Amino acid sequence: MSKRLRVDPTACTGHGLCAELLPELVTLDEWGYPILADRPVPRGLGQEARRAVTDCPALALRLARSS
Amino acid sequence: MTYAAARNLARPTPQPAAQPAPGAPGGLPRLLPGRGAAPADLRSHLERHGRPPYRGQSARLIPVLQESGLTGRGGAAFPVHRKLTAVIEAGPRPIVIGNGAEGEPASDKDKALLRIAPHLVLDGLQLAAEAVGARSVGLYLHRGSGRPEQLRAVLAERAAAGIDRRPVEIIDAPARFLAGEESALASRADGGPARPRFKEPRVFERGVAGRPTLVQNVETLAHLALIARYGARWFRSLGTAGEPGTMLCTVHQTDGTRQVVEAALGTPLRDLLALDDRASAAGGSGGSSPWASTAQAVLVGGYHGAWLPAGQAARMTLSNAALRPAGGFVGAGVLVALPADRCGIAETARVTRFLALESAGQCGPCFNGLPRIATALDELAGPRPDPQVRADIQRWAGLVQGRGACHHPDGTVRFVRSALQVFAAEIERHARGRCTAPGAPPFLPLPPGAPATDADWS
Repeated sequence: MSKRLRVDPTACTGHGLCAELLPELVTLDEWGYPILADRPVPRGLGQEARRAVTDCPALALRLARSS
Repeated sequence: MTYAAARNLARPTPQPAAQPAPGAPGGLPRLLPGRGAAPADLRSHLERHGRPPYRGQSARLIPVLQESGLTGRGGAAFPVHRKLTAVIEAGPRPIVIGNGAEGEPASDKDKALLRIAPHLVLDGLQLAAEAVGARSVGLYLHRGSGRPEQLRAVLAERAAAGIDRRPVEIIDAPARFLAGEESALASRADGGPARPRFKEPRVFERGVAGRPTLVQNVETLAHLALIARYGARWFRSLGTAGEPGTMLCTVHQTDGTRQVVEAALGTPLRDLLALDDRASAAGGSGGSSPWASTAQAVLVGGYHGAWLPAGQAARMTLSNAALRPAGGFVGAGVLVALPADRCGIAETARVTRFLALESAGQCGPCFNGLPRIATALDELAGPRPDPQVRADIQRWAGLVQGRGACHHPDGTVRFVRSALQVFAAEIERHARGRCTAPGAPPFLPLPPGAPATDADWS
């Protein structure tokens, strides 16, 4: 089952760690908030994506079932 | 605020001959008594409509609502039967809350409805509660508006007459633009601040107290109360086939007057607003022009809505089918005709500043982007703005869109982008150091007093 990154924008405080851990799928806007790629997490990046989710200091990032 | 019965606005579309239930009121208005009539007290309400027609069982009303085509009148136009079904399917012990928080400064219709026809709203609340099998029922009203006190008295009267099957709890809403947003309502009903929440899970799945929660706008409930009595075919005898029924609109004319009007969906906008379809696209005439009171543009859908050139609006009808292709929508029925002797950019800048201050301050793109957009619009509203400013606004608009927990950033950029398009000639004028209305008094209404602060959310 493919997964997609989702961010809870009310929880995100713009640490930017996700963009450091997963630059392939996350870039930062000019205020430091993540812009997520509009595609599922590719096979080879699953581990990095899970790490970005668990390491987010605000617990704002999650992996959701791709819809 | 005044209220127009708008009998002349009844425009039934040709449809198979409706056979309304006996005693069903014909034509308009449906929700509000005629012009000059007193607000409906319990006796006159019962004389006109009788007691709420309880079905004795949950879900029975849903097929009727489906056939009626009723959609939410709070702005989103979501089909009512689908929301009720979703709440039933989401789990046991649902909660129903009528939403009377009308934070839009340009909208009066929910306040007018609650003041003039509270019993229709409360009938609808009871019938909706029965339809989803809810024992917990609430009504969400702005504190300080006089409505909580009024509705408490009305509820006591209904309790004495044995009309309501479920007690109704009044929930106070703060005077904030976003307080009526569905997830903000749920947060407030849980005892928290009236700030929008992240939308997963949805309110209908897990809302107040973690229970499935049906939130319906008070006007939607009033329509529901009439459909339960007079049937789907009666409801569909006004409006269009795709968008049946009537809706309450708050109509702002170029002379500064505002009225709550009930109109059938599909009514030509020029029947509601004084519009001249020969008017130029936007702006152009100075304050001394004989056309000074002509509309140059129309705002549809309120401050999360869109500007349309007056000439284009004059050819359109009050329906999403007509307005959506032009970037607008009927929303909660706010229609504002902007006079030709005002500056559309200055008006948009002022309201955008208000919208930026009404950000709940939770989502980075919203609380960073909206104030920057507002400041850039302030510059664009002045003489000889930096040529870079328009590009900045477009870039920031792109950065905030779709990145909030609620639709506040999306609605705000829709409003701003439409202004850049519709008032393009005005922007050119500003680039040359001129303006249609330098120093004109504000036209679009905003709440009086100091801007709200962070402490005002609960």
